[in-house]
Amino acid sequence: MARTILPFGPQHPVLPEPLHLKLTIEDETVVEALPTLGYVHRGLEKLCEVRDFNQMIQIVERVCGICSCLHALCYCEGVEQIMGVEVPRRAKYLRTIWGELHRIHSHLLWLGLFADAFGFESLFMQFWRVRERVMDIMEATCGNRVVVSVNVIGGVRRDLSPEQCQWIEEQLAVSEKEIKQLSDTILSDYTVKKRTVGKGVLTKEQAYQLGAVGPMLRGSGWAQDARQTGYAAFGELGFDPIVEYDGDSYARCAVRFRETLQAIDIVRLAIARLPAGETAANVSGAMEDDTPKPVSAGERRDIMQAYNRDKRHRLAAAPPPNLDLPAGLVAAKVKGKPDGEAVTRVEQPRGELMYYLKGNGSKNMERVRIRTPTFANIPPLLAMLPGCELADVPVIVLSIDPCISCTER
Amino acid sequence: MFNMTKNVVTNLLTKSSTRLYPIAVRGHFEGFRGTLVCNIDECIFCRTCMIKCPSQCIAVDNKAGTWACDAMACVYCGVCVDVCPTSCLSMTKEHRPVATEQQTIFLQGVPKKKKKEEAAAE
Repeated sequence: MARTILPFGPQHPVLPEPLHLKLTIEDETVVEALPTLGYVHRGLEKLCEVRDFNQMIQIVERVCGICSCLHALCYCEGVEQIMGVEVPRRAKYLRTIWGELHRIHSHLLWLGLFADAFGFESLFMQFWRVRERVMDIMEATCGNRVVVSVNVIGGVRRDLSPEQCQWIEEQLAVSEKEIKQLSDTILSDYTVKKRTVGKGVLTKEQAYQLGAVGPMLRGSGWAQDARQTGYAAFGELGFDPIVEYDGDSYARCAVRFRETLQAIDIVRLAIARLPAGETAANVSGAMEDDTPKPVSAGERRDIMQAYNRDKRHRLAAAPPPNLDLPAGLVAAKVKGKPDGEAVTRVEQPRGELMYYLKGNGSKNMERVRIRTPTFANIPPLLAMLPGCELADVPVIVLSIDPCISCTER
Repeated sequence: MFNMTKNVVTNLLTKSSTRLYPIAVRGHFEGFRGTLVCNIDECIFCRTCMIKCPSQCIAVDNKAGTWACDAMACVYCGVCVDVCPTSCLSMTKEHRPVATEQQTIFLQGVPKKKKKEEAAAE
C-alpha cells in the first residue's frame, strides 16, 4: 500500500509544547514515527559557567515551569551533598510539601489536557478548576503560582504558620472531594475508555528495555519510583509506588489519577508530622511537640465537616484570606564553595529526574547535567506509535505527559 | 443520570463559580511577589542586589548614586529582597500594569561620601 508522510507538530492543537513527529502512515495506520527535537533549546546547562551556584537555583527552576520546585530541590540536594550541608528537618518536610503540591497541580493539569486530547472539553475545565485551588495554595505560601523559588542551598526560604497548615488542609480536603467526583468520568466513562483502553500499549518488557520512567513505567507494571530512595522527607514518611499493569493509555491515566490522591495524603502526613525547625522561635507554640503524630481518619472527617459548614469557602470568588506570614528562612548556614561531584535523583511528576553536578571550588559549577523524564520517555513513545490509528496519535503522545522544555533544557 | 441531576440542582442553588471580571477582581495573597520596590533614601548602593540577582536585571552605580531595574528582565524571585542589608528593597503584592514599551525603573539617590571626602569637604 502507498505510504504517506504526515508531519505532526511542532504546532498542533493538542501539543502544549513544540515536538515534531514525522509519521509514516499507510491508509490510517501509523507504521513509523520519527521525532525532531530542538525547538525550545535554551542552553540552560551552559549558563552554569557564568552564573554562580546560588543563582543557578533560579535558572534550573526555569528548565520546566510545571515542576520548577522539584528541579530546584534536585539541584539543591546535589550541591548540599557536595558541600556536606545538613538540612534542617523542618526544611526537608517543607520541601516535601511543596514538591508534592507541584505533583498535584501537574497531574491535574495533565488530566485536563488528556481529556482535551480526546475532545472532552468540560472534563478539562473541571480538572483545571480543581487545580486552581492548588495554585492558590502555592501563591499564598510561596509568593508565586508556578515558579515558586522556595528552595535555597541548605533549606527553604519560606516557612508555614500553623494557620497556613490548617488552611492548606482545608483546601486539599475540598480538592480531594472534587477530584473524587471526577473519578467516575475519567476512569469509568464509556467514551473515555473507548479512546484510552488498549491504545498505545507498552509491555512490561518494553518499558524496561526502552528505559521508561515515572507513570509510564508504573503503568506497565514496574513498582519503581525515585521517592523510594528517600529524598527530602520521604525517608521518614515512607512511600509505596502506585502500579497499574495494562501498560496502555488508560493505565497511565489511572496511575496519575491515583498519584494525585496519594500526593494529597502525603502533604497531609507531612503537615501532621512537620517538626519544629531551627526557626522554631518564630513559629508559634502549636508545633512545640516534636513527636510525629499521624492524622487520624476522624480528624480528617472533622476538617471536612467544619469546611462544609463554613460556606464562605465554598465560593470560588471568595477573597483570599489574610494569613499571618511567618518570616522565615528555614535553612542551614552554608559557607564555602562546592568542590566535588554528586548525582541526585528525585521523582518529578513525569518521572525520574537526575542531576549530575560537578564543582571545582570556584563560585561557578563546572558542569550541571540534567536528565529529564520526558527525554527518557521518548523512545518508548516511538515504540508505542507504530500500529496505532492516526486519530489515536494525540492521545498516545499526550499519555507520556511530554514536557519538551524539560527535554531540551 | 442521578449524578447529573444532583449536579444540575446544586448548580441551580449555588452562586456562580466564576467572577464578574473586571467588576470583581480576585486580588492577591499576602506575600505575593508582584512588584519590586526600592526605597532609594535608605539604599546605601552596596550593589549586593546587583551581584546576587540571577537574571542580572539590577544595575547600581555607587558613584552616581543610581539604582536601576530592568522591570521586564526581572523574574520576581525575591532574592534581592532577602539579601538587602538595609531592607530598602521590598515586594508589593500588586502586579506591574501591562505595558507596550520596555520599562526601566530608574531611581536617583544621594551617593554615600567616603570618609576622606567628607573630611575634605569640612
